[in-house]
Amino acid sequence: MEVDKKEEIASESSEEQVVNPWEVSAKDGGKIDYDKLIDQFGCQRLDESLIDRVERLTSRQPHVFLRRGVFFAHRDFDLVLDAYERGDKFYLYTGRGPSSEALHLGHLIPFMFTKYLQEAFKVPLVIQLTDDEKCMWKNLSVEESQRLARENAKDIIACGFDVTKTFIFSDFDYVGGAFYKNMVKVAKCVTLNKAMGIFGFSGEDHIGKLSFPPVQAVPSFPSSFPHLFPGKDKLRCLIPCAIDQDPYFRMTRDVAPRLGYSKPALIESTFFPALQAKNGKMSASDPNSAIYVTDTAKDIKNKINRYAFSGGQDSIEKHREIGANLEVDIPVKYLSFFLEDDAELEHIKKEYGEGRMLTGEVKKRLTEVLTEMVERHRMARAAVTDEMVDAFMAVRPLPNMFE
Amino acid sequence: VCNYRIIFWIFQELQIDYSKYEHPPVLTVEEQAKYVSSSEGALSKNLFLKDKKNRYYIVSAMTDTKVDMKVLSQRLGLGKGGIRMAPEEALSELLQVSLGCVTPFAVVNESARDVSLLLDQKFKNQTRCIFHPLSNDVSVSLNTLGLDKFLQSIGRDSVYIDLEVNANPVVGKDQPPDLAVYVPSNSVVVPELPTKTASIQTASKNVSAEKTKPVASAKPSKLAGNGKSAVEDSALLVFKNPEKFVEEILDKTTALLLSEGKGENVEALAETFRKRLTSEFTHLAVMYKNTAYSQGFYAGTQSQPKRP
Repeated sequence: MEVDKKEEIASESSEEQVVNPWEVSAKDGGKIDYDKLIDQFGCQRLDESLIDRVERLTSRQPHVFLRRGVFFAHRDFDLVLDAYERGDKFYLYTGRGPSSEALHLGHLIPFMFTKYLQEAFKVPLVIQLTDDEKCMWKNLSVEESQRLARENAKDIIACGFDVTKTFIFSDFDYVGGAFYKNMVKVAKCVTLNKAMGIFGFSGEDHIGKLSFPPVQAVPSFPSSFPHLFPGKDKLRCLIPCAIDQDPYFRMTRDVAPRLGYSKPALIESTFFPALQAKNGKMSASDPNSAIYVTDTAKDIKNKINRYAFSGGQDSIEKHREIGANLEVDIPVKYLSFFLEDDAELEHIKKEYGEGRMLTGEVKKRLTEVLTEMVERHRMARAAVTDEMVDAFMAVRPLPNMFE
Repeated sequence: VCNYRIIFWIFQELQIDYSKYEHPPVLTVEEQAKYVSSSEGALSKNLFLKDKKNRYYIVSAMTDTKVDMKVLSQRLGLGKGGIRMAPEEALSELLQVSLGCVTPFAVVNESARDVSLLLDQKFKNQTRCIFHPLSNDVSVSLNTLGLDKFLQSIGRDSVYIDLEVNANPVVGKDQPPDLAVYVPSNSVVVPELPTKTASIQTASKNVSAEKTKPVASAKPSKLAGNGKSAVEDSALLVFKNPEKFVEEILDKTTALLLSEGKGENVEALAETFRKRLTSEFTHLAVMYKNTAYSQGFYAGTQSQPKRP
């Protein structure tokens, strides 16, 4: 059983890095050790051969996040590809906890990747908005969390999902019926002790938190969506997510066979670093740690220039001599996420790393790339009407979902 | 436009229990108190407020309830100084009332459909509360049940809030603005009147019960104001209008051609086009598709079933 000895994340001392859905921090002021994480969690590296396979199967260049190792780990993605080759499709499941109105670039990453997967593999997608989770964990009112869910849905839609293949739902709206039946089935398979071990709950936590994990688990099972997948109980599910969500899905994968369902497959990403680096991930509570989708071109330029942690040397002479420290340089890291052109990125890394290019130039290029992205998002966001949100969230069949 | 007698007609239709008091026109609560004694009910103070994005609010409270504008502004998610008294033109344009006459009943007007109404929770503890029924020479007392019934009949929710909650800090990381949900989704642009109607003078002289209408009532469309949004609207047409959509595609393609096309061989150019434009155009097309689907979906929800 996968879960056993890797479970006690919650009881880690502060000497170890901490990665769980509610907290992410590196060890001793260092950076997150992703290899150790893979080892600790028991998932697998997404290697070149898998990426090549994706290219072959989809007849298009793999997404920049695959090429650059942003999505770097997986569970059973190879099995999903095997099935796909045989003609057995799958569906995608991803989600968001709507805890603040302002979305930053780090939030968009799983959605950008999911959109690529939807287009490349031509498969349907369900998106869960966990308004109930945020109501419980962030102590928001029910109404406020529902409102945020709808607002976040607009930004998600703006990423470019196809309405004929996408179902967005909020827990407060959708939980019930077949979905709830699966929740109860899952809940019956997880003891209190196991839940406390996986998620770090304690006797002080309210029972709402305790009963939440099944809500995030059951969208992995096609029978939770009878209006979408009637009679397709064996349909596989692929979940793109950030690696801190792994605990939820380890529990789900453990329970699935006991319910006669396929285990969901996972494809996992690293964290998008904060502007000032500081070892963690971008945080919505510190506005200068992140670039928001509502930032103007001026804001972006300022934030990059003032807060982006630079790996350049203190003086130009020193910089020309030894070059930049690419390991810690944030602008280069961001470019590796968002600059599509592999050749250009390589060029920048070489020139900057060997001291011929200065920090200012790199930051300038980054500002261009991000501004274009944010502008495009804003245009698309402006086109998202309440009717469009209603359409995406309507409980309706999707007859062309595999086309 | 709603004549105040409509209010009483509605009371009667809904069998709401009320009492009516006529008196000379009054502009302040102090004046009103001279004519309507506190034994009849609790007097109210009514504020008509506006935020920086042209959204309007009526706040109706007990006279002794402290309404801290800074706190209210924060609780609405508008920052500290986000809210102020609305200008007089808005009073007449949106609420169809004159000075001194702001009242919860003003939301009966179609023009007030985007005005958010916030009521003092303390009203609920009173046997009766006193408001103006759209005219400042009449007062009416009723209990909150009656008020709720009235609001419900015109499709409004009764929103009661504790105006004196003063958490510290009011709004912060763990304390999101608790009233943000009551911010109207639509803003309203009220055209500025060239000169104010002398509503004050006439009111004090005449005991007329008719509302004073704004001077330039034949103003051009309310939404002509904001230049920026006009530009944005035409930009969004690209997702709705086939011609604009095609124009956008050709604009981007020709721009790329002109910037990259010099001296390139045709095959390489074609490759560049594919590489640089595919993702952007796909995104455009998906939003176009989504817009069309949503319009169809909405039409579907509104359509009548086929006649047998």
